[in-house]
Amino acid sequence: FSWTCLFYTTHFYHTLLNKPEMQNEMETSSSNLSAVLTREQGLQYYRTMQTMRRMELKADQLYKQKIIRGFCHLYDGQEACAMGIEAGINPTDHLITAYRAHGYTFTRGVCVREIMAELTGRRGGVAKGKGGSMHMYAKHFYGGNGIVGAQVPLGAGVALACQYQGNNQVCVALYGDGAANQGQIFESFNMAALWKLPCIFICENNKFGMGTSVERSSASTDYFKRGDYIPGIKVDGMDVLCVREAIKFAADYCRAGKGPIVMELETYRYHGHSMSDPGVSYRSREEIQEVRSKSDPITMLKERMLSNNMASVEEIKEIDVDIRKVIEDAAQFAISDPEPPLDELCNHIFANDLPMEVRGTNPWVKLKSVS
Amino acid sequence: MVVLEVSPISTEELWSSVSDHRVLGHLPDQGISLLSAQFGRVASSRKSLGVSKRLPLYNDGSHCSLGPSMLQKCFGTRPQICVNVRDALNQAMDEELERDERVFLLGEEVAQYDGAYKVSRGLWKKYGDKRIIDTPITEMGFAGIAVGAAFAGLRPICEFMTWNFSMQAIDQVINSAAKTYYMSAGAQPVPIVFRGPNGSSAGVAAQHSQCFAAWYGHCPGLKVVSPWNSEDARGLLKAAIRDDNPVVFLENELMYGVPFDLSEDVMQKDFVIPIGKAKVERRGTHITLVSHSRCVGFCLDAASVLAKEGVECEVVNLRTIRPLDVDTIEASVMKTGHLVTVEGGWPQYGVGAEICARVMEGPAFNYLDAPAVRVTGVDIPMPYAKILEDHSVPQIKDIIFSVKKVLNM
Repeated sequence: FSWTCLFYTTHFYHTLLNKPEMQNEMETSSSNLSAVLTREQGLQYYRTMQTMRRMELKADQLYKQKIIRGFCHLYDGQEACAMGIEAGINPTDHLITAYRAHGYTFTRGVCVREIMAELTGRRGGVAKGKGGSMHMYAKHFYGGNGIVGAQVPLGAGVALACQYQGNNQVCVALYGDGAANQGQIFESFNMAALWKLPCIFICENNKFGMGTSVERSSASTDYFKRGDYIPGIKVDGMDVLCVREAIKFAADYCRAGKGPIVMELETYRYHGHSMSDPGVSYRSREEIQEVRSKSDPITMLKERMLSNNMASVEEIKEIDVDIRKVIEDAAQFAISDPEPPLDELCNHIFANDLPMEVRGTNPWVKLKSVS
Repeated sequence: MVVLEVSPISTEELWSSVSDHRVLGHLPDQGISLLSAQFGRVASSRKSLGVSKRLPLYNDGSHCSLGPSMLQKCFGTRPQICVNVRDALNQAMDEELERDERVFLLGEEVAQYDGAYKVSRGLWKKYGDKRIIDTPITEMGFAGIAVGAAFAGLRPICEFMTWNFSMQAIDQVINSAAKTYYMSAGAQPVPIVFRGPNGSSAGVAAQHSQCFAAWYGHCPGLKVVSPWNSEDARGLLKAAIRDDNPVVFLENELMYGVPFDLSEDVMQKDFVIPIGKAKVERRGTHITLVSHSRCVGFCLDAASVLAKEGVECEVVNLRTIRPLDVDTIEASVMKTGHLVTVEGGWPQYGVGAEICARVMEGPAFNYLDAPAVRVTGVDIPMPYAKILEDHSVPQIKDIIFSVKKVLNM
């Protein structure tokens, strides 16, 4: 096998913004034009992305069987974003995203079992069944946020804490093309730039905010330019190596105390906005098919590895079989694990507090709440 | 001068009776005010101190002119220090900033301007840019930033210039701060304090005069606190900053300049008042007046006037809106058999409405000799003209009138 390979990624720094000196910096930095992929990394990225893919497809199945209920926003098609970001930052860095969060929950360290059990609302879920699809948390991962755009100021706040504590960590704050017009995002840009917060603002542009295409929602669809006075980078979000290299650059930039960066990841979601959206009333099936055949992130990585003799077909198949087992096991667990006990109902209102009483649905029902 | 409302008795009479309570703060007839075991402190007993002199009140925020020795002479052996609410808040923040370096303050004009209402005076000079942060006028953004900082391990104090502006950021307070500990099943605490002046001021009209006690008091996951005097301000702010949960701290602009005497115990660095515990400011037997914030003072004034007619009011200072100290309210109502709630906010779905509902649903109902009644702000946006504004908020005469009605006098 080839143990490492050099890939040319000349197409990923699309255009830079307002800052000629940054253009030079990026073009001369070694990470600009090429990315090194080792066999080990390749197999790890493949495994992770394929796991995300299979997990989301399994969630689709379970939702249709009515075992998952409520909101379920699936991430399939966008795996390279989550994988590339995680590959480019440290586990001690921080990340926050919106509601299409299952992929990030996985890359930030929560196992598939706990994610699926949270989706089915069972006690073994990462939030004990109390959060659901949009409210999963892990160390240095702040969800999972249901209110469009609210996570961006939160992310800037996490970055403030990093700066305040002097721990050399950065925060990645993600949002979608639909959220990109939110006022609070511009408020966050302003304060992050003013105070030079180590925050990487990333717009995952999957071309649609629910059913509204970017052309119909945004006077400017150059989301990487929306930071105005903040340098912006546009990146091919279907190519995990492009994403990784861009993030590495951005993280180094932020860690050096130069302030925030805005990044736009061009990506695509195969599913509709959520499970209640078939996803074909505002776009064509042909379009979806075309992306699937020409730009699928997992297929691209696999083909790269195979054609450069970095892995064999059998090896990849083995990984697939393995992942299938993991997903099946997780789904089994998610289906069979019991729901949270009723005495959990009122817990976790307050942290580090004495137990207290919570009013039930009528005055005679007094429920107990512990921290 | 402290603004006294016009009432049926002469201003002179009112003034002399007010000075007993207002100047010396609260002086319950009985001795001990207990802090809960959780905080491990027992305050000293407060003896009822006889008043032979009237203490001058200054509304420009300066301390009383009497020095410690003079105070000692007047008021007995325990030295007292005269501190207005603004300074009590300032000192509380100063001490907590010193105690824990994760604590920091952000908001509009909190640093170089010394605070829009001077509550954070001197803090920027002492602690610098890192810990006292001036923000742009972007409430939603900086409230979200504050919550995010709390997620990542800091202990922010987020100031809203007034609580009216919190509406711009209310999503961050409720959805990002209040609900997160629950949604994460205990994985993500949010140790943040949101503070600022709440309720009506003087002449600032409709968009700057709303009371948010009921709005925030509605939401599980928040603690909502509403201090009245300097002791409340000091102890509750310290408790709020040390609390690992989101606390909405509702101050009152008209109380900032009002001085109160604080004992040595209250001035200790670790003096905290437990959140969720009301205080009986005045013991009485005929009727219970339950109130919060500035209206507590009005209740005490009304009680003084009514005492001359033989009506002894028990005045309960809620101190905390959420969690509501129903036990103290019920115990009082079971003793007196009559209840009037007093608040500055609007009546519909308000704090008083909640208190009445709770009393109805609990053991105290059987002790009521008359329906419980609410004294509230008038159900209108706040007008500007002074005469209209004066008639939009509860006055002492309104409290007296309601008490007499409830007591069928």
